[in-house]
Formats: sequence, structure tokens, C-alpha cells
Amino acid sequence: MSTATVAPESTAYTPSAESIAAVLAPGEKPRRPGPLSASLTFGWRAMLKIKHVPEQLFDVTMFPIIMTLMFTYLFGGALAGSPREYLQYLLPGIMVTSVVMITMYTGVGLNTDIEKGVFDRFRTLAVWRPAALVGMIFGDLLRYVLAALVIMGVGLVLGFRPGGGVMGVAAGIGLLVVFSFAFSWIWTWLGLILRSEKSVMGVSMLVLFPLTFLSNVFVQPTTMPGWLQAFVDVNPITQLVAAVRSVMTGAPEAGAITWVLVASVACTAVFGALTMYRYNRK
Amino acid sequence: MAVNRTGLAVETSGLVKTFGKTRAVDGLDLAVPAGTVYGLLGPNGAGKTTAVRMLATLLRPDGGEARVFGHDLRTEADAVRTRVSLTGQYASVDEDLTGTENLILLGRLLGYRKPAARERAAQLLAAFGLTEAADRQVKKYSGGMRRRIDIAASILNTPDLLFLDEPTTGLDPRSRNQVWEIIRAVVAQGTTVLLTTQYLDEADQLAGRIAVIDEGRVIAEGTPGQLKSSIGAGTVHLRLRDAAQRPEAERLLAKVLDTTVQQEADPVALTARVGGSGAAVDAAAAGSRALAELAGAGIVVDEFSLGQPSLDEVFLALTDKAARTEEKA
Repeated sequence: MSTATVAPESTAYTPSAESIAAVLAPGEKPRRPGPLSASLTFGWRAMLKIKHVPEQLFDVTMFPIIMTLMFTYLFGGALAGSPREYLQYLLPGIMVTSVVMITMYTGVGLNTDIEKGVFDRFRTLAVWRPAALVGMIFGDLLRYVLAALVIMGVGLVLGFRPGGGVMGVAAGIGLLVVFSFAFSWIWTWLGLILRSEKSVMGVSMLVLFPLTFLSNVFVQPTTMPGWLQAFVDVNPITQLVAAVRSVMTGAPEAGAITWVLVASVACTAVFGALTMYRYNRK
Repeated sequence: MAVNRTGLAVETSGLVKTFGKTRAVDGLDLAVPAGTVYGLLGPNGAGKTTAVRMLATLLRPDGGEARVFGHDLRTEADAVRTRVSLTGQYASVDEDLTGTENLILLGRLLGYRKPAARERAAQLLAAFGLTEAADRQVKKYSGGMRRRIDIAASILNTPDLLFLDEPTTGLDPRSRNQVWEIIRAVVAQGTTVLLTTQYLDEADQLAGRIAVIDEGRVIAEGTPGQLKSSIGAGTVHLRLRDAAQRPEAERLLAKVLDTTVQQEADPVALTARVGGSGAAVDAAAAGSRALAELAGAGIVVDEFSLGQPSLDEVFLALTDKAARTEEKA
């Protein structure tokens, strides 16, 4: 570190009218970037933030590993005879649970980010308005993929053998990422309407815990009482897990897959619109 | 650059913004001529920041009209955005990113291709003396450097109108002077600058015209000279050696200066406002006459100063006046 040379430099600066005039010279103003290009630029910002603060990847690496190990060995023997047997059923579900839980950090991140002045700058730019948020979620998609790959890696080491092969696994992760992108818009909306990151966290947990546990992630719903089955059947996570599980085992269920895709579009449309409504009025 | 017929960068009439029951901006009328530095002067909570945030399209007005270069703030927000830039009170750059990354990011968002954005970032960093800090995260910058990267980010789009919200608050004197120099250089290029400040001397140094704002409204408007002479050219402060001589000194001063003299809490201090409306030039003469008179009467003066009215004094005088007119009406 060249701290010795930096200190005098920063105080010795005298603004030069010529150099400031040069940067203000009325050159050709570039054409405004399109929605995709602007969103990708904001996605690049998310990448840079990961580069500068790599610790933020803890939640997408350590948390999924702990989840997978914990539930495989906690329930495996009791529910399926052996952890290895149970893993064949559990892995797609625990992957969905982990990634869906990680989506809430999108809302938490937005809530802390937007309190800083930099969003003022973004909002005074004449770019496609949702770009800043879409780009942020693009960055998060990378985190989702990373978490899914970490879990798949742990699963393979522990003995998970997906019948669908590489294509099946890739399709499963693809479905999960599409759904997570859509689901993230709920958190961006909450991130904008709730006052602090703590409350975003609290509300997210309140929604996510029942949604992920009261589903087909850990056990077959047929073992549950009727009223609980009724909830599990309408739970979107159940549909998502069914779809992911089906493609990974190599027997795609068209119904569940369609449901996931339609729900993703609907969720993006509704909560994307609500998010933008709040964002424009913040 | 294309300026609308009136030659005004900003014109508002009856602009209102409420937060719950608070009327932060309450019927603001402004006319900012293009190509000048215009100062919004007022204490904390006067509504300066809210006004600027509305004009920069960050807040929606609740009432009134506002145009920026002839574009309606509400219906043509994107057209306004291509012409303006804002440097807020808090860093409006990403503190986790380096100086270069911040400027490339903004350049890309304005539509520059990557090589052009990179080149422009380097050019701006050089102009603002930040080349050596280019690859450091902004959170590691000093206060003055942060302000500079902020202003650099604001002029990246060569705005026609630059909003600077309290640009020197919290800066040391050297950094403050640097920011002043930058503002002068920017306005010399034809950019209009709308500056908010709590400091009269800052407005005085930079602004061609000033609007004094209180409780969300303009209570006085004019050139710095007009504003100062409207409340008196200056203030005489003096401290005597002997507190016992104060009553006599007060009597003498009142006679010579033909004004009321105030006794301060400090038992040896006196304050008097000199040179009423239009009498600005006489302030210094009146001051020295007073000093001679006191010396003649054998009163020892330890400290004597003839200063411009401070913002407090301008402000108190103006709000006094506003209160008096209301009583009359």
C-alpha cells in the first residue's frame, strides 16, 4: 500500500478550470441504453459488489451445505431406512428450500441499498426504470445458481444419483432459478414498503418457514392429516418441488412444470408491478 | 444548448410537498436564470432539500407547477432527467465500488460503450485529482475526495443544470475551497448550478442570485448585495476592557451610529447594526467614527470588528420583517 504517497496527493489537488472545461465539453451525447443493456449494467454492479465483499457469498455456500447435511442425517434413518435412501427423495426439495430462502436477501439487500444515496443517482438517470432492480436480481440469480450447484455437489458426494442425468439436473436447476427470479419480486416489494432490514427479515421468515416446511420437501404429503394435505397441495413450493424432482429423476411431470412456469410469469407481473409502483414513489 | 423562450432553467409556482401533516415545501416560487449559480439559502428544515429533490424528479410534487428548461416535472420527467444531475448531501456513489468502477457504471448507464466509458472515467478522475485513488473503494476516500467523486459522477452526463445540495457541509476549509473552484469552473462552461447552503458566505462567494427560504417558502430573493443591504450593511462587535464603562459606551455608540445598540451576555461586549437600507458604503466610515469617539471619551476597546451580517442576522431580520407585515395585513 502506498499510503505515504496518497496523503499529499489528496490535499495538494487544485482544480484546474481547463481540465474541468474539457470534461464538460459538449461532445456527442450517447444514445440511451436499452432496457436489457441497462439491466445488465446493473447486474455488473452486483458482480463488482461480490468481488469487493466476497463474504456475502457465505449464505449461498455455507447455509445450503449445513441444510443438506443436517436434514439428510437427522431424518434419513427414521424416514427412509438410511440417509442415502432419504437423500434420493430429499435432495431436490432441500435445494428448493435453500434457494427459496436465499431469495429473501434480495429484499434485505434492496432495503439497505436504497437507503444510501446511490439510488438517488440511479433514479435521476433517464434509463428504463426497473433496470436497477432487474439488474440487482440478475446478480442474485448468480447466487441462486451457485447455491444450487453447491447443494448438488454435496448431494453427489453423499450418494445422490439423479435418474435424469446431467440434463435432468440442469433442467431442475433452471426451473428453480426461473421461479426464484419471479419470487424475488415479492421481496423487492417488501424491501421497499418495510422500514428496516430487520422487519424485511422478520416478515420473510414468517412467510418462508411455513411455505417450505409445510410442503412435500421432507416427507410424502400422504402421511399428513387431511387439513394439512389441503394446504400442502396448494402450496406453490410443493408444485415447484414436484416439478424439480420430476425432471431430476428423469420422469418430467408436465402439469407441475407448466404450473411453475405460469406461476413465475404471474408472480413477476404482479409483484414486479407493485415493486415498480413503490419504487417510483419512494 | 437549447433553452426555452424565457431563458429560465427552473421555474416553479406554488410548489407544494407535504409529508403527513408537515408542509415541507409550501408554495415555493422560483425563477432560476439559465447559466448562473443560484443559491437556496436557509436553515435546516427550511425545505431546501425537499425542493431540490422534487426538481431532480426524485419526489413528486403534491401541488403547484414546476418546469425545468421548459419541461413539466410531472409529465416529462425523462426529458428533465437527461438535462439535470444531482449531488445529494450524502454520497450518491456506490461506496463499495472503486472510483473508476463508479464512473464506468454511470457512463454505461448513460449509453457510453465500455471503452468510451472507461476513457471518460479516466478523464474525469484526472480532472478531479483522483487518479491515484481510482482503484480504491470510495468508502476509503476522505470527505473531500468523496465530494469530488460525487461531483465528477454528476457532471459525467454534461448536465445543463446541476443541483448541489449543501456541497460543502462537513468539509474542511481546503476541501471547501476546492469545491468552490470546481463550481466556478463548471458554471463557466455554461452549466446552470442550483446550490443549497446554510452558509451566507458560500452563497455570497458563488451565487449570482439567492432565494432565502424558510418554512418551505421564499421569504426574500435577490442578488447577495441586495439581500445584505436590505437588512443593513454590517454589524459592529466590540469588547471593552472595563465592564463599568459599558453603559457610557453604549450611549456614545447609539449617538454616533444612529442605531440601537445591544448589550451581549458577555459583560464587556456590545453589538450594533450599521448602515441601514442603501447606506452600505457608509458602514466602514461609521465604524471608524465610532471608534474615534470612544477613544476620545477614554474608553478602552480591546476588540473591534465590522462584519457582514451573519446568516442568523439576515435570517432574523427577514423573519422579523415577515412577522411585521403579517401583523399589518
